Amino acid sequence: MLTVLLDGVASGMLLFVLACGLSVTLGLMNFVNLAHGAFGMAGGYVCVVLLNRYGVPFLACLVAAALFAALLGAVLERTLYRWLYGRDHLDQVLFSIGLVFMASAVVDWLMGARQQLITLPGWLQGRIEIGGGLATIGVYRLFLIALCGAIVLALHLGLVRTRFGSRLRAAVDDAVVARGLGIPVDRIFAVTFAVGSGLAGLGGALGVEVLGLDPTFPLKYLVYFLIVVAVGGANTILGPFLAALLLGVVDVAGKYYVPEVGAFVIYTAMVVLLLLRPQGLLARGGAR
Amino acid sequence: MAMQASTTRRGLLAGGAAAAVAGAALGTARRSAAQRGGGEAVRIGLILPMTGPFASTGRQVEAAVRAYLGANGETFGGRRVELLVRDDTGVAPDITRRLAQELVVRERVRFLAGFGLTPLALAAAPIATEAKVPMVVMAAATSIIVQRSPYILRTSFTLPQATVPIADWAARNGIRNCATLVSDYAPGLDAERAFKERFTAAGGRVPLELRAPLRNPDFAPFLQRVHDAKPEALFIFVPSGEGAAAMKQFAERGLREAGIRLIGTGDLTDDDILNDMGEPAIGVVTSHHYSAAHDSAENRAFLAAYRRVAPDVRPNFMAVGGWDGMHLIAEGLKRAGGGASGDQLLAAMKGLSWTSPRGPITIDANTRDIVQDIYIRRVERRDGQLWNIEFDRIAQVRDPGT
Repeated sequence: MLTVLLDGVASGMLLFVLACGLSVTLGLMNFVNLAHGAFGMAGGYVCVVLLNRYGVPFLACLVAAALFAALLGAVLERTLYRWLYGRDHLDQVLFSIGLVFMASAVVDWLMGARQQLITLPGWLQGRIEIGGGLATIGVYRLFLIALCGAIVLALHLGLVRTRFGSRLRAAVDDAVVARGLGIPVDRIFAVTFAVGSGLAGLGGALGVEVLGLDPTFPLKYLVYFLIVVAVGGANTILGPFLAALLLGVVDVAGKYYVPEVGAFVIYTAMVVLLLLRPQGLLARGGAR
Repeated sequence: MAMQASTTRRGLLAGGAAAAVAGAALGTARRSAAQRGGGEAVRIGLILPMTGPFASTGRQVEAAVRAYLGANGETFGGRRVELLVRDDTGVAPDITRRLAQELVVRERVRFLAGFGLTPLALAAAPIATEAKVPMVVMAAATSIIVQRSPYILRTSFTLPQATVPIADWAARNGIRNCATLVSDYAPGLDAERAFKERFTAAGGRVPLELRAPLRNPDFAPFLQRVHDAKPEALFIFVPSGEGAAAMKQFAERGLREAGIRLIGTGDLTDDDILNDMGEPAIGVVTSHHYSAAHDSAENRAFLAAYRRVAPDVRPNFMAVGGWDGMHLIAEGLKRAGGGASGDQLLAAMKGLSWTSPRGPITIDANTRDIVQDIYIRRVERRDGQLWNIEFDRIAQVRDPGT
């Protein structure tokens, strides 16, 4: 029972790290970026290549994956995305879904279509018992919970407590006035986009062991990302975080207790939550 | 923006034209080479998923067919054969159908071959019937395929054919209750049914039947459920790429320490990727018709020929289907003659028996399906690599569905 709960928390945490970048671009920058998963995939493949071909230590691979995805995000933001900020949502959707197909094809060509496998370092393998045999959980999943928890905290504090965070919120609330006050809106958006992409890359790398990795990754998990953002409400950090946790737990528990309908439990949960809180879990009513 | 778009388009057009010219030139070169072989070349349309999620199947089969031609020459029954490989992407039956039609009508192929997945084979079946062109199924593994056209012959295997022996083996080896975990799609359900029927008939019990969604490779909750139910063994069938994830979770959750044995069909320990699966795969018992570690002169010749075409890849059960499919076509041409009609070729190929790299096989004259030995194998480490080591054999198994 506790094992199932902890598994759910771990998968929810991972989902959050992957999806939070999307909630930032969608909620804060009001840009529909369906290609978000592609950055996760990029991070995942960087991790696989470094780990398997060059024997780089796992933690260094994670850092490299995040940095690579962030850099990729920054470059694409400067060269492609910025032209579409002012366009309507349909343009953005078409553009970013096209990007997904291109990314998948490129990865297929470079790496082949098969599932990528990694072997975790010894200290992340195995399981430990908690509470005197009450539950057992994989070490890797505990690692996921700890790492992702730290990231959530850092993001929340970064957005609420730092100068950058307040500038970002100001830029989102009213870009024109923010510019008038001398806030470099463009640069803030670029940095935010890069951070979101980097987190996705980190999530992709972390997820290789749990979610698998192949060229269809961005499409396969797009629905999950969108559910997290839709249920969480797209303008806070904690909303999507709670949503991701809830969905992770519901998803895992559903598959454990009612495997016959396991795959649909998560969608049912989404429908119910959206009926109850159409603005998102923590949204201030009528914000948009 | 507009400027850019038009230049790219022009670039594409130019590139396309160049490719077409090159293709035509290549075609002429090939045709003249064929004419030197005496008579018109026999064209074989090989339709495979060369890109997309099932690309590994296509690459394995194509490499094996080319390896066969490399090892045995390209002239059979007085005619040179010419391969026309077409990529159907693996997920779109309508594309397979269109390609089959083009190959038959425009390229006048004398054989259709390949077919990575069941829906793709079914889509091409009516074309084979209508054009009276023999169609050699080299990969797809659902029982019904051979019934869809009297021109279909199969050199791969059927899923129930591979599943039944492991159920027998489990029952004979003291496993009384065994849970099943399959991917929720047609082949998975086939495997689940075949295993359960056979295993319960032999006195076993299936306490838990789990179906994991096809597009979700996180097997953790399902395996946790198995862990808590504590059966003596777990039978797994998942698409070949995802077996690794399942076995990893199996090890990580401590199911092995809990005394649960892992069994399955050979898809689980696919030779193509077995080496990357590492420690968790060791000791897994599976039943299948081919292991690259099979000890025979034919298999050594196959491995050597395959290595010349694809040095870095280990041939798997898909490859052996391609090799034997090409052998069947070659024998058909030898027996009926290079100029024979589709019906004559079909008659020559039905009922053939030979020793394949996997062991003795027969194409049944009535069902046109393959009859072959199924082996029980255990994953072991030999010379630093993982192999499926065969330790038991069930002779001449037919598809239990027919």
